[in-house]
Amino acid sequence: MATLLSLAIGFTLLCIILAMLLCTIRLLLGPAAQDRVLALDTLWMCAMLLSLALGLRYGSLIYFEAAMLIALTGFVSTIALAKFLMRGEVVE
Amino acid sequence: MNLGIDTVTPWVGLPVVMLLLLGSIIVLIGALGLVRLPNFYQRIHGPAITITLGAGCILIASMIFFTALQSRLVIHELLITAFVLLTAPVVAMLIMRAAVYRDLRAASRNHSPGSDEVYQFPREK
Amino acid sequence: MNRWFPSPPLSIALLTVWLLLNQSLAPAHLLLGTFLAVVVPLLSRPLRPLAPVPFRKPVVMARLLASSLVEIVRSCFNVSRIILFTKPKGLNSQFIRVPLDLKNPHGLALLSCLINSTPGTVWVEILPGTHDLALHVFDLHDEQWWIDTIKTRYEQPLIEIFDY
Repeated sequence: MATLLSLAIGFTLLCIILAMLLCTIRLLLGPAAQDRVLALDTLWMCAMLLSLALGLRYGSLIYFEAAMLIALTGFVSTIALAKFLMRGEVVE
Repeated sequence: MNLGIDTVTPWVGLPVVMLLLLGSIIVLIGALGLVRLPNFYQRIHGPAITITLGAGCILIASMIFFTALQSRLVIHELLITAFVLLTAPVVAMLIMRAAVYRDLRAASRNHSPGSDEVYQFPREK
Repeated sequence: MNRWFPSPPLSIALLTVWLLLNQSLAPAHLLLGTFLAVVVPLLSRPLRPLAPVPFRKPVVMARLLASSLVEIVRSCFNVSRIILFTKPKGLNSQFIRVPLDLKNPHGLALLSCLINSTPGTVWVEILPGTHDLALHVFDLHDEQWWIDTIKTRYEQPLIEIFDY
């Protein structure tokens, strides 16, 4: 069971890293600003999942705190970027 | 590295493996959609599956795994689940509206309505 | 009751979040969590523009949430199938217009969360000056089917819960 489980966790890490690479491609390609914001948001979500999967890999609960912080800051920053795109200023 | 992993029984391990496989494949498909689809309004639907089902599967797997590993109820992943489920719709709606307003502004600047990328309200029937 | 607990569900949610964050049921955490659950809603009441709605019809709410969970999983698989196997040129992504009868802002907020959580549909806005919803659909086959689904599956229970 242990080998199967560690294989599955390794596969999860690989898939999440591939997904982050794909997001980076979209982040660099653009073409419009909203594409980049969407790619950044997805990249951030993948980073949160990567931190959770690392927690599974090392059997430690510390990574949960990191995932929580990434989720919180990701939400705030994406909202700020989207507001900026919509109106041209963040705080009205 | 992960010392407790040998103690996990198959009854716990198998659902964790299934959930992890499903979740990681869904995450990958979502990111693939972000790259593959040609238009912004189509691309916005790609990450939606990453955030709902992909994140959900990995979070549930983590909950089951740590509950078995530490032999006590570890459900604080529910916090991330609730937070992501509450915020993802808001983020999607704000990015969509930002894109729509930007396209409307660009269209009124260029005087070229009718192009494929521009937000068009469906006509009333 | 009403003066000290403006919204009991909010208080319960705050206590639960506090206990989950600390991962303990020790009396000290229970006490501090209860203190937060009483104080935070009182202090944040001026920030809330609308009066909190009383929690009504939990059965209808539970059925709505369960059915939208099933719908989320189902449309996740639909969207993944489309991303993997459909040629992007063959996709019919369109904005559609759904006339809404729901008026309550809380109900509209919940409706937008449910619609946006479901992959394949994104809420754009309520068109200014009208009471119509602009909705973007990933792969549109039948506009009338979408309108009927949203009106019967999501809007009807919400009207039952919020607009009585």
